[in-house]
Amino acid sequence: MNLAMNSYLALVLVGFLPSEIWRWLGIALGRGLDEGSEIILWVRGVATALVAAVVAKIVLFPPGALAGVPLPVRIAAIGCGFLAFLLIRRSAFAGVLVGEAALIAGAMLFAQ
Amino acid sequence: MCGSAAEATEASDHPIGPRRAAFAARTRRMLVLTRMPIAEPFALCDQGRMPDTPAAPPGTASEAFLFGLRSAVTSVFVFVIVFTYIGFGALAHDYGFSVGWASLSTALLWAGPAQVILVSGLGAGTSLIEVAIAVSLSSVRLLPIVVALLPIIKRENTPPWRLVTPAHFMAVAVWVETMRLGPSLPRAHRIAFCNGVGLTLLTLGTLATAAGYYMQAVLPAMFAAAAMFITPISFLTSTARNARLLLEKAALGLGLVIGPVLAFSRVEFDLLWTGVIGGTLAYVLHRWRRKRGAKP
Repeated sequence: MNLAMNSYLALVLVGFLPSEIWRWLGIALGRGLDEGSEIILWVRGVATALVAAVVAKIVLFPPGALAGVPLPVRIAAIGCGFLAFLLIRRSAFAGVLVGEAALIAGAMLFAQ
Repeated sequence: MCGSAAEATEASDHPIGPRRAAFAARTRRMLVLTRMPIAEPFALCDQGRMPDTPAAPPGTASEAFLFGLRSAVTSVFVFVIVFTYIGFGALAHDYGFSVGWASLSTALLWAGPAQVILVSGLGAGTSLIEVAIAVSLSSVRLLPIVVALLPIIKRENTPPWRLVTPAHFMAVAVWVETMRLGPSLPRAHRIAFCNGVGLTLLTLGTLATAAGYYMQAVLPAMFAAAAMFITPISFLTSTARNARLLLEKAALGLGLVIGPVLAFSRVEFDLLWTGVIGGTLAYVLHRWRRKRGAKP
């Protein structure tokens, strides 16, 4: 236990503001842009690549409990999920379900 | 096909009368057509959407808000958000936070990975400035997401304060749903639609945090890992589903390759760099393809 725990001030200063600043910056930068402009196309590319980077980061360097699942299982599970998504009518739901099932099955089989 | 059927039903029982409704539908169709090259909203009719997605186009702002609510509760993200935040609530309990603090963090941050960093950082006694930087770096994706969203939902005379709520609700889940269904709505009602999706998912997330907090003792051992895994698998499949342009597909693939390379080489700000490099390469590829397409 330390001082910062349960402090609502810490929640705002260390959690809310550092995260929310990007949304406010987004309003400032995106307000003047046109839907068909070239820069918006580039921003869409950046946003998509960034989301992909988050996916890779969580699978390869997972936080907390997910780190207890072996790396090959995590990679295989995300691969299975994506394959299911491609095969089952490009359904995100199918991808999530199969990915999760693969993760749980793999973690039980190859428990460390 | 599906567009004309929906318009026909709308025209016959529309509150403002069939003729005005038909006119509204026609203008909407024209608006949609002018945007075809970027958003390809017609693709919504036959692919990439769940069979239970509500199809009726709303006529007023409150109808658009309710349409957003219905779209949210019938999307894959209900499952994703509830599962994620039950896991987060249990994690906050593990670290000794209060239920009010944990739930408020969901309503305020509304960014799963950042919240996990916040709770584990503060809980482990990491210095406040280090936690703040780590939280901020993990949320960088919110910037390009908001920038890419605004031109879809705003009008020329939209005052900035009207953009504050859609921007706060913005998370990958809400972004994906708004980019998918927003372009099929009249521009005047897209902010209301986005607020409907966002408020619904944020409320569910906040309630799930409290539920997970109290369920902590009874959750199976595997639950925490599975709840954390739902973020990457849902981000991957939902952005892949929305990636209709070559630009987006290339950016997704490049991000998946460049991200690990930079992370393993311990490059600082790896997420940020992956976004900029991957997005720029994808954009260059898009320009190159377009140039070649223009000259037969």
